[in-house]
Amino acid sequence: MIRKFKNFLFGIFSVFKNKKHVKLGIYGPPNAGKTSLANRICKDWLGEEMGKVSPIPHETREIQQKEKVTIQSNGKRLSFNLIDTPGIATKIDYEDFIKKGLEKKEAQSRAKEATKGVIEAIKWLDNMDAVLVVLDSTRNPYDQVNITIIGNLAARNIPVLIVGNKVDLKKANVKKIEAAFPQYKVLGVSAEYGDNIEDFYKELFRLVR
Amino acid sequence: MPLIIQYIPYEEMTGLDSEKRIQKLLKVVKQNKVILMEGTLSPEEEAGLIEETMQSIDSKFKGVEISSFSPFDKNTRLLQEKIRQLFLQFVLGRRRGLTIIGPASIVKEIKRDPRSVQLFLSNRRQ
Repeated sequence: MIRKFKNFLFGIFSVFKNKKHVKLGIYGPPNAGKTSLANRICKDWLGEEMGKVSPIPHETREIQQKEKVTIQSNGKRLSFNLIDTPGIATKIDYEDFIKKGLEKKEAQSRAKEATKGVIEAIKWLDNMDAVLVVLDSTRNPYDQVNITIIGNLAARNIPVLIVGNKVDLKKANVKKIEAAFPQYKVLGVSAEYGDNIEDFYKELFRLVR
Repeated sequence: MPLIIQYIPYEEMTGLDSEKRIQKLLKVVKQNKVILMEGTLSPEEEAGLIEETMQSIDSKFKGVEISSFSPFDKNTRLLQEKIRQLFLQFVLGRRRGLTIIGPASIVKEIKRDPRSVQLFLSNRRQ
Protein backbone atom coordinates (compact mmCIF):
# COMPACT_ATOMS: atom_id res chain seq x y z
CA MET A 1 0.00 0.00 0.00
CA ILE A 2 2.79 2.39 1.02
CA ARG A 3 4.78 1.46 -2.10
CA LYS A 4 1.74 2.15 -4.30
CA PHE A 5 1.33 5.55 -2.66
CA LYS A 6 5.04 6.28 -3.20
CA ASN A 7 4.76 5.32 -6.88
CA PHE A 8 1.71 7.55 -7.21
CA LEU A 9 3.60 10.54 -5.74
CA PHE A 10 6.65 9.81 -7.89
CA GLY A 11 4.43 9.76 -10.97
CA ILE A 12 2.96 13.15 -10.12
CA PHE A 13 6.39 14.68 -9.50
CA SER A 14 7.72 13.22 -12.77
CA VAL A 15 4.94 14.91 -14.70
CA PHE A 16 5.84 18.30 -13.16
CA LYS A 17 9.55 17.70 -13.63
CA ASN A 18 9.10 17.10 -17.36
CA LYS A 19 6.93 20.18 -17.73
CA LYS A 20 9.75 22.63 -17.14
CA HIS A 21 9.86 25.80 -19.18
CA VAL A 22 12.48 26.22 -21.86
CA LYS A 23 15.15 28.72 -20.83
CA LEU A 24 15.88 31.11 -23.69
CA GLY A 25 19.01 33.14 -22.98
CA ILE A 26 20.11 36.40 -24.55
CA TYR A 27 23.89 36.72 -24.81
CA GLY A 28 26.30 39.09 -26.48
CA PRO A 29 28.87 41.82 -25.94
CA PRO A 30 27.93 45.04 -24.10
CA ASN A 31 25.73 47.54 -25.93
CA ALA A 32 24.69 45.15 -28.69
CA GLY A 33 21.03 45.62 -27.75
CA LYS A 34 20.31 42.51 -25.67
CA THR A 35 17.96 44.29 -23.27
CA SER A 36 16.37 46.21 -26.16
CA LEU A 37 15.51 42.87 -27.76
CA ALA A 38 14.25 41.47 -24.44
CA ASN A 39 12.11 44.61 -24.06
CA ARG A 40 10.76 44.24 -27.59
CA ILE A 41 9.71 40.60 -26.90
CA CYS A 42 8.20 41.47 -23.51
CA LYS A 43 6.38 44.57 -24.80
CA ASP A 44 4.95 42.64 -27.77
CA TRP A 45 3.74 39.65 -25.73
CA LEU A 46 3.43 40.74 -22.11
CA GLY A 47 2.78 44.44 -22.56
CA GLU A 48 5.64 45.45 -20.26
CA GLU A 49 9.39 46.05 -20.51
CA MET A 50 12.02 43.80 -19.00
CA GLY A 51 14.90 46.13 -18.13
CA LYS A 52 16.48 49.54 -18.46
CA VAL A 53 18.61 50.38 -21.50
CA SER A 54 21.39 52.96 -21.66
CA PRO A 55 24.05 54.19 -24.09
CA ILE A 56 26.57 53.62 -21.27
CA PRO A 57 27.88 50.03 -21.49
CA HIS A 58 27.07 47.44 -18.80
CA GLU A 59 23.64 48.80 -17.92
CA THR A 60 22.51 45.20 -17.27
CA ARG A 61 24.79 43.89 -14.53
CA GLU A 62 22.61 41.10 -13.17
CA ILE A 63 20.70 38.26 -14.78
CA GLN A 64 17.11 39.34 -15.51
CA GLN A 65 14.34 36.77 -15.96
CA LYS A 66 10.81 36.90 -17.30
CA GLU A 67 8.95 33.68 -16.74
CA LYS A 68 6.35 32.11 -19.01
CA VAL A 69 6.59 34.38 -22.04
CA THR A 70 4.18 33.00 -24.64
CA ILE A 71 4.42 34.05 -28.27
CA GLN A 72 2.22 33.11 -31.23
CA SER A 73 2.92 32.78 -34.92
CA ASN A 74 0.97 31.03 -37.68
CA GLY A 75 -1.49 29.66 -35.13
CA LYS A 76 1.26 28.03 -33.05
CA ARG A 77 2.17 28.94 -29.47
CA LEU A 78 5.59 28.90 -27.86
CA SER A 79 6.27 29.40 -24.18
CA PHE A 80 9.65 30.04 -22.55
CA ASN A 81 11.46 31.75 -19.70
CA LEU A 82 13.39 34.69 -21.13
CA ILE A 83 16.79 35.36 -19.54
CA ASP A 84 18.63 38.60 -20.29
CA THR A 85 22.30 38.42 -19.35
CA PRO A 86 24.97 41.08 -18.70
CA GLY A 87 27.24 41.82 -21.67
CA ILE A 88 30.36 39.68 -21.81
CA ALA A 89 33.63 41.61 -22.04
CA THR A 90 37.32 40.91 -21.55
CA LYS A 91 38.06 44.31 -20.02
CA ILE A 92 36.26 46.82 -17.82
CA ASP A 93 37.75 50.19 -16.98
CA TYR A 94 35.83 52.54 -14.69
CA GLU A 95 37.49 55.49 -16.44
CA ASP A 96 35.51 54.64 -19.56
CA PHE A 97 32.32 55.24 -17.55
CA ILE A 98 33.68 58.59 -16.33
CA LYS A 99 34.22 59.57 -19.97
CA LYS A 100 30.51 58.77 -20.50
CA GLY A 101 29.58 61.25 -17.79
CA LEU A 102 29.44 59.24 -14.55
CA GLU A 103 30.94 60.43 -11.26
CA LYS A 104 34.09 58.59 -10.15
CA LYS A 105 32.41 56.67 -7.30
CA GLU A 106 29.45 55.69 -9.45
CA ALA A 107 31.81 54.62 -12.24
CA GLN A 108 33.90 52.47 -9.88
CA SER A 109 30.82 50.83 -8.45
CA ARG A 110 29.43 50.19 -11.95
CA ALA A 111 32.75 48.60 -12.99
CA LYS A 112 32.79 46.34 -9.91
CA GLU A 113 29.21 45.21 -10.53
CA ALA A 114 29.93 44.73 -14.24
CA THR A 115 32.82 42.31 -13.54
CA LYS A 116 30.50 40.22 -11.36
CA GLY A 117 27.85 40.36 -14.08
CA VAL A 118 30.22 38.96 -16.69
CA ILE A 119 31.12 36.04 -14.40
CA GLU A 120 27.43 35.39 -13.69
CA ALA A 121 26.58 35.44 -17.39
CA ILE A 122 29.28 32.85 -18.15
CA LYS A 123 28.15 30.60 -15.28
CA TRP A 124 24.56 30.70 -16.58
CA LEU A 125 25.61 29.28 -19.97
CA ASP A 126 25.12 25.78 -18.56
CA ASN A 127 21.48 26.51 -17.67
CA MET A 128 20.31 27.54 -21.14
CA ASP A 129 18.19 25.44 -23.50
CA ALA A 130 18.54 27.85 -26.45
CA VAL A 131 20.33 31.15 -26.93
CA LEU A 132 19.92 34.33 -28.94
CA VAL A 133 23.37 35.82 -29.54
CA VAL A 134 22.79 39.52 -30.11
CA LEU A 135 25.49 41.32 -32.09
CA ASP A 136 25.63 44.95 -33.12
CA SER A 137 25.50 44.74 -36.92
CA THR A 138 27.43 48.02 -37.24
CA ARG A 139 30.49 46.50 -35.49
CA ASN A 140 33.15 44.04 -36.62
CA PRO A 141 31.76 40.54 -35.88
CA TYR A 142 35.24 38.95 -35.63
CA ASP A 143 35.54 40.06 -32.03
CA GLN A 144 36.94 37.36 -29.77
CA VAL A 145 34.07 37.77 -27.28
CA ASN A 146 31.57 36.81 -30.01
CA ILE A 147 33.70 33.83 -31.01
CA THR A 148 34.07 32.73 -27.38
CA ILE A 149 30.32 32.95 -26.68
CA ILE A 150 29.37 31.04 -29.82
CA GLY A 151 32.19 28.51 -29.30
CA ASN A 152 30.98 27.80 -25.77
CA LEU A 153 27.39 27.34 -26.89
CA ALA A 154 28.53 24.96 -29.65
CA ALA A 155 30.61 22.99 -27.13
CA ARG A 156 27.48 22.59 -24.99
CA ASN A 157 25.26 21.70 -27.99
CA ILE A 158 22.93 24.61 -27.23
CA PRO A 159 20.89 25.81 -30.26
CA VAL A 160 21.84 29.33 -31.34
CA LEU A 161 20.20 32.09 -33.38
CA ILE A 162 22.45 35.05 -34.14
CA VAL A 163 20.54 38.32 -34.14
CA GLY A 164 22.26 41.15 -36.00
CA ASN A 165 20.73 44.11 -34.23
CA LYS A 166 20.55 47.81 -35.21
CA VAL A 167 19.78 47.22 -38.91
CA ASP A 168 18.08 50.62 -38.90
CA LEU A 169 21.54 52.21 -38.79
CA LYS A 170 23.36 53.14 -42.00
CA LYS A 171 26.56 51.25 -41.09
CA ALA A 172 24.72 47.96 -40.42
CA ASN A 173 26.22 44.99 -42.24
CA VAL A 174 24.41 41.71 -41.57
CA LYS A 175 26.24 40.01 -44.45
CA LYS A 176 29.52 40.43 -42.59
CA ILE A 177 28.06 38.57 -39.59
CA GLU A 178 26.83 35.83 -41.94
CA ALA A 179 30.33 35.55 -43.40
CA ALA A 180 31.86 35.32 -39.94
CA PHE A 181 29.45 32.61 -38.72
CA PRO A 182 28.14 30.81 -41.85
CA GLN A 183 27.17 27.67 -39.94
CA TYR A 184 24.52 29.66 -38.01
CA LYS A 185 21.27 31.32 -38.96
CA VAL A 186 21.74 35.09 -38.81
CA LEU A 187 18.76 37.41 -38.73
CA GLY A 188 18.99 41.19 -38.99
CA VAL A 189 16.54 43.14 -36.83
CA SER A 190 16.07 46.48 -35.19
CA ALA A 191 14.97 45.75 -31.63
CA GLU A 192 14.33 49.44 -31.07
CA TYR A 193 12.12 50.06 -34.11
CA GLY A 194 10.79 46.54 -34.70
CA ASP A 195 12.26 46.03 -38.20
CA ASN A 196 12.02 42.37 -39.29
CA ILE A 197 10.58 41.37 -35.92
CA GLU A 198 7.88 39.09 -37.39
CA ASP A 199 10.56 37.00 -39.11
CA PHE A 200 12.41 36.93 -35.81
CA TYR A 201 9.40 35.41 -34.02
CA LYS A 202 9.06 32.80 -36.78
CA GLU A 203 12.73 31.89 -36.30
CA LEU A 204 12.18 31.52 -32.56
CA PHE A 205 9.84 28.60 -33.27
CA ARG A 206 12.63 26.87 -35.21
CA LEU A 207 15.16 27.58 -32.46
CA VAL A 208 13.06 26.45 -29.48
CA ARG A 209 11.47 23.11 -30.28
CA MET B 1 59.35 51.84 -22.22
CA PRO B 2 59.58 49.14 -24.90
CA LEU B 3 56.69 46.85 -25.65
CA ILE B 4 57.61 43.28 -24.68
CA ILE B 5 56.11 40.45 -26.71
CA GLN B 6 56.51 37.08 -25.03
CA TYR B 7 56.31 34.00 -27.21
CA ILE B 8 54.79 30.93 -25.58
CA PRO B 9 55.35 27.75 -27.57
CA TYR B 10 52.72 25.03 -27.51
CA GLU B 11 55.01 22.68 -25.55
CA GLU B 12 54.95 25.06 -22.59
CA MET B 13 51.18 24.65 -22.29
CA THR B 14 50.70 20.96 -23.07
CA GLY B 15 51.56 19.63 -19.62
CA LEU B 16 49.25 22.08 -17.86
CA ASP B 17 45.58 21.66 -17.06
CA SER B 18 43.13 24.42 -18.09
CA GLU B 19 43.31 26.26 -14.77
CA LYS B 20 47.11 26.38 -14.80
CA ARG B 21 47.17 27.52 -18.43
CA ILE B 22 44.88 30.41 -17.58
CA GLN B 23 46.94 31.32 -14.50
CA LYS B 24 50.13 31.24 -16.55
CA LEU B 25 48.70 33.51 -19.26
CA LEU B 26 47.31 36.00 -16.77
CA LYS B 27 50.59 36.07 -14.85
CA VAL B 28 52.47 37.12 -18.00
CA VAL B 29 49.84 39.67 -19.05
CA LYS B 30 49.91 41.25 -15.60
CA GLN B 31 53.63 41.86 -16.14
CA ASN B 32 52.52 44.21 -18.94
CA LYS B 33 53.69 41.87 -21.68
CA VAL B 34 51.85 40.93 -24.84
CA ILE B 35 51.63 37.18 -25.36
CA LEU B 36 52.04 35.51 -28.72
CA MET B 37 51.00 31.93 -28.05
CA GLU B 38 51.35 29.03 -30.43
CA GLY B 39 47.96 27.33 -30.70
CA THR B 40 44.57 28.27 -29.36
CA LEU B 41 42.60 27.82 -26.15
CA SER B 42 39.42 25.77 -26.11
CA PRO B 43 36.15 27.77 -25.87
CA GLU B 44 35.80 26.66 -22.24
CA GLU B 45 39.34 27.87 -21.50
CA GLU B 46 38.60 31.20 -23.17
CA ALA B 47 35.49 31.55 -20.97
CA GLY B 48 37.62 30.57 -17.95
CA LEU B 49 40.19 33.21 -18.90
CA ILE B 50 37.45 35.86 -19.04
CA GLU B 51 36.12 34.77 -15.62
CA GLU B 52 39.59 34.87 -14.05
CA THR B 53 40.28 38.23 -15.71
CA MET B 54 37.08 39.69 -14.26
CA GLN B 55 38.05 38.47 -10.80
CA SER B 56 41.47 40.10 -11.15
CA ILE B 57 40.30 43.55 -12.26
CA ASP B 58 41.34 46.32 -9.89
CA SER B 59 42.63 49.90 -10.06
CA LYS B 60 45.78 48.78 -11.94
CA PHE B 61 44.63 45.81 -13.99
CA LYS B 62 41.79 46.67 -16.41
CA GLY B 63 41.48 43.35 -18.19
CA VAL B 64 42.79 41.87 -21.42
CA GLU B 65 42.46 42.08 -25.17
CA ILE B 66 42.53 38.71 -26.88
CA SER B 67 42.32 37.38 -30.40
CA SER B 68 42.95 33.90 -31.74
CA PHE B 69 43.49 32.68 -35.26
CA SER B 70 42.92 29.17 -36.38
CA PRO B 71 43.68 27.99 -39.91
CA PHE B 72 40.90 25.44 -39.40
CA ASP B 73 38.28 26.90 -41.67
CA LYS B 74 34.93 25.54 -40.52
CA ASN B 75 33.26 27.54 -43.25
CA THR B 76 34.65 25.63 -46.18
CA ARG B 77 31.99 23.96 -48.29
CA LEU B 78 34.24 21.59 -50.25
CA LEU B 79 34.02 18.04 -48.90
CA GLN B 80 37.64 17.23 -49.80
CA GLU B 81 38.88 20.34 -48.00
CA LYS B 82 36.65 19.57 -45.01
CA ILE B 83 38.17 16.08 -44.71
CA ARG B 84 41.70 17.49 -44.98
CA GLN B 85 40.94 20.10 -42.32
CA LEU B 86 39.40 17.53 -39.99
CA PHE B 87 42.43 15.26 -40.41
CA LEU B 88 44.84 18.09 -39.60
CA GLN B 89 42.67 19.10 -36.66
CA PHE B 90 42.71 15.50 -35.39
CA VAL B 91 46.51 15.23 -35.70
CA LEU B 92 47.52 18.71 -34.53
CA GLY B 93 44.58 19.62 -32.26
CA ARG B 94 44.79 23.11 -30.81
CA ARG B 95 48.42 23.47 -31.84
CA ARG B 96 47.24 24.96 -35.11
CA GLY B 97 46.75 28.69 -34.94
CA LEU B 98 47.97 31.61 -32.89
CA THR B 99 46.63 33.54 -29.93
CA ILE B 100 47.46 37.12 -29.02
CA ILE B 101 46.69 38.31 -25.50
CA GLY B 102 47.64 41.71 -24.14
CA PRO B 103 46.83 43.81 -21.10
CA ALA B 104 44.00 46.24 -21.85
CA SER B 105 46.14 49.08 -20.45
CA ILE B 106 48.57 48.56 -23.36
CA VAL B 107 46.53 46.93 -26.13
CA LYS B 108 43.55 49.16 -26.68
CA GLU B 109 41.97 47.04 -29.38
CA ILE B 110 42.72 44.05 -31.58
CA LYS B 111 40.94 44.18 -34.93
CA ARG B 112 40.70 40.96 -36.85
CA ASP B 113 39.24 40.98 -40.29
CA PRO B 114 39.37 37.88 -40.59
CA ARG B 115 42.92 36.86 -41.60
CA SER B 116 44.77 40.07 -40.84
CA VAL B 117 45.18 41.62 -37.44
CA GLN B 118 45.65 45.19 -36.27
CA LEU B 119 46.87 45.98 -32.77
CA PHE B 120 45.91 49.42 -31.52
CA LEU B 121 48.15 50.41 -28.63
CA SER B 122 47.40 52.92 -25.91
CA ASN B 123 49.57 56.01 -25.56
CA ARG B 124 52.24 54.78 -23.18
CA ARG B 125 54.28 56.80 -20.73
CA GLN B 126 58.07 56.69 -21.07
